[in-house]
Amino acid sequence: MTNKTQNDSLLRFMTCGSVDDGKSTLIGRLLFDTKTILADTLTQISNTSKKRGMEAVDLSLLTDGLQAEREQGITIDVAYRYFSTGTRKYIIADAPGHEQYTRNMVTAASTANLAIILIDARRGVLTQTRRHSYLAHLVGIQHIVVAVNKMDLVNYDQAIYDKICADYTAFAKEIGLAQARDIRFIPMSALNGDMLVDRLDSMPWYQGETLLEMLEKAPAAHTEQSEEFRFPVQFVCRPHASADVALHDFRGFMGRVESGDIAVGDAVTVLPNGYQSKVKAIQLGEAQLQSAQTEQSITLLLEDEIDTSRGDMIVKTGSNIAPVKQIEAFVCWLSETPMSTARTYIIRHTTRESKAKVGAISYKVDVNTLEQQTTTDLKMNDIARISFKLAQPLMVDSYSQNRATGAFIVIDESTNNTVGAGMIV
Amino acid sequence: MNKQPLSHLDWLEAEAIHILREVAGQCSNPVLLFSGGKDSLCILRLAEKAFRPGKFPFPLLHIDTGHNYQEVINFRDQRAAELGERLIVRSVEDSMKRGTVVLKTPDEPRNKHQSVTLLEAIEEFGFDCCIGGARRDEEKARAKERIMSFRDEFGQWDPKNQRPELWNLYNARSHKGENIRAFPISNWTEMDVWQYIERENLQLPSIYFAHQRDVVMRGGAIVPINVPLANGDVVNPPKTGEEIINMQVRFRTVGDITCTAPVISDADNVSKIVLETATTTITERGATRLDDQTSDASMEQRKKEGYF
Repeated sequence: MTNKTQNDSLLRFMTCGSVDDGKSTLIGRLLFDTKTILADTLTQISNTSKKRGMEAVDLSLLTDGLQAEREQGITIDVAYRYFSTGTRKYIIADAPGHEQYTRNMVTAASTANLAIILIDARRGVLTQTRRHSYLAHLVGIQHIVVAVNKMDLVNYDQAIYDKICADYTAFAKEIGLAQARDIRFIPMSALNGDMLVDRLDSMPWYQGETLLEMLEKAPAAHTEQSEEFRFPVQFVCRPHASADVALHDFRGFMGRVESGDIAVGDAVTVLPNGYQSKVKAIQLGEAQLQSAQTEQSITLLLEDEIDTSRGDMIVKTGSNIAPVKQIEAFVCWLSETPMSTARTYIIRHTTRESKAKVGAISYKVDVNTLEQQTTTDLKMNDIARISFKLAQPLMVDSYSQNRATGAFIVIDESTNNTVGAGMIV
Repeated sequence: MNKQPLSHLDWLEAEAIHILREVAGQCSNPVLLFSGGKDSLCILRLAEKAFRPGKFPFPLLHIDTGHNYQEVINFRDQRAAELGERLIVRSVEDSMKRGTVVLKTPDEPRNKHQSVTLLEAIEEFGFDCCIGGARRDEEKARAKERIMSFRDEFGQWDPKNQRPELWNLYNARSHKGENIRAFPISNWTEMDVWQYIERENLQLPSIYFAHQRDVVMRGGAIVPINVPLANGDVVNPPKTGEEIINMQVRFRTVGDITCTAPVISDADNVSKIVLETATTTITERGATRLDDQTSDASMEQRKKEGYF
């Protein structure tokens, strides 16, 4: 292997904050300081900076988006950026932080294992900080880095930093975030590149890790707690017309290990029917594996001939999971068309779909005050606790236990649009 | 619990296999776009890992501009034959004959006209999903692209009207006439692609490796000249007064001859290319795609018009 990044892991994280907090500058800095930005791109943004009458190169232009957005001076969606340090590959989900973009934040958070929450040192903990923290919490992000940015504008004053940390900690306790999550604080100046990749000498009172050091050490997804084996069947491979007669009885169940691990010889149950068998073989391409772990896409062969199709779920025999026809969930509404309680929607959960009818809406959460409000409708960016009745049974875990089998999307059959995101209670 | 997380290549591979299987599970008539280029060769390898020992649950489709390097076309045919999968080729020149593609000038680059031929092929076969090798790191109009990207009846991409994509729950549903574009290697960078090619020991068309070639310098770019086609034609004659230089070059991307430029390189194997990719100072498209340099937003524009 010619490059040592070859065997290193991957971390997905998101950034929460608005343009004013220096979020684009922070991402631009990370890309620039890790040498991800190549000369021609730099020339391009340097020319644009000059055109706009700026003295220094504006690194926030690196995350400048589409023409449609530039014309309106807004960011309309989640963008994905990439960098690599030689020890780790990173995928950044960059979502705009305005109030009306709750849905984008939830989207970005759904695949992230760490969130950087930006606070402007001059302004402290704001309503939006609460909103970002609540959403990161709701969507199950395990690691929170609170980045107190623009320290250069408050004379690198430690007292200001300490006050913000204390305010945030108090608030985090209030919403149950502090108990459940790993929260770290860091003072920085994204503009000057201070405490991101490099440590300048402006804040000798801070001896903690730089942002990049935190990112490098943050645990990858699925490495912190043991999870039950969950294997939703995506596709069944039956090459019975193959020229190779030996394959005529081949029956491979293809899918991704969403959680847990599995080994040859393990006793398994196929849900919802409850058929039992044992794992005969595990394949990944031409390779025969003895075992497989979370996030691997594999093919499972079972000892017995079992009628199994897409949408079924293979679990270890004895695992505590059963098909249900009613679920209770927090739902973030994503569509401009409000939810209608009279309508039937489609719920897609793992590889399975079911028609669903809205039952009761318990309450709506005000994402700014975190107050629970009674409601009869759900509009875009609203988050509410809702129950659904299902036409087909689903094999679910609670979202707090399992992000893969606790999550679902709501689809509007008339438009085929994805209109809601659900997290099972 | 994973004591050891997957390596980034294993993770990217697993994600791509999952996406390919979702396409197969959700769509009734998908197709895999295959050009013979490095990204689509990676996807073929991923499809093998996703579906063997079965056959691919989709045919391969190439939209040929008629101005492709002969080495790449030969390689394309050879690879499809080795895999025993069905390859469909539809040609921009046939669209020109039908009058659906009209060139402004005979030597106008044909890359953007592929959109028309692609849409014609989609209609001819009734494909509901096209799998492609686009990556988000290629260009800023791609950074916001979904893994399952929705296109309307005209093949248009509306950046403001895309389906939110959460967790790994992809929504590839479409009504008749509409189309999904699926991008299994969205999260890969150019470096990841080369590392994967190295790890999987994938064969590539020879023009990816350093070779001697007649070129001219035109507007700051290296332009290959007098490139022969299978039908005996020669593309890209030098202009009057241009000095022909024989240079050692390789291609970082392959596409239509008239808009793909090589870079100076002595990397004649994959390991050397991985090293060169690690130390390059120019982006993949910046160095090699003459069609993206027309305007700041040219990729965005082409995508809105139905380009891949």
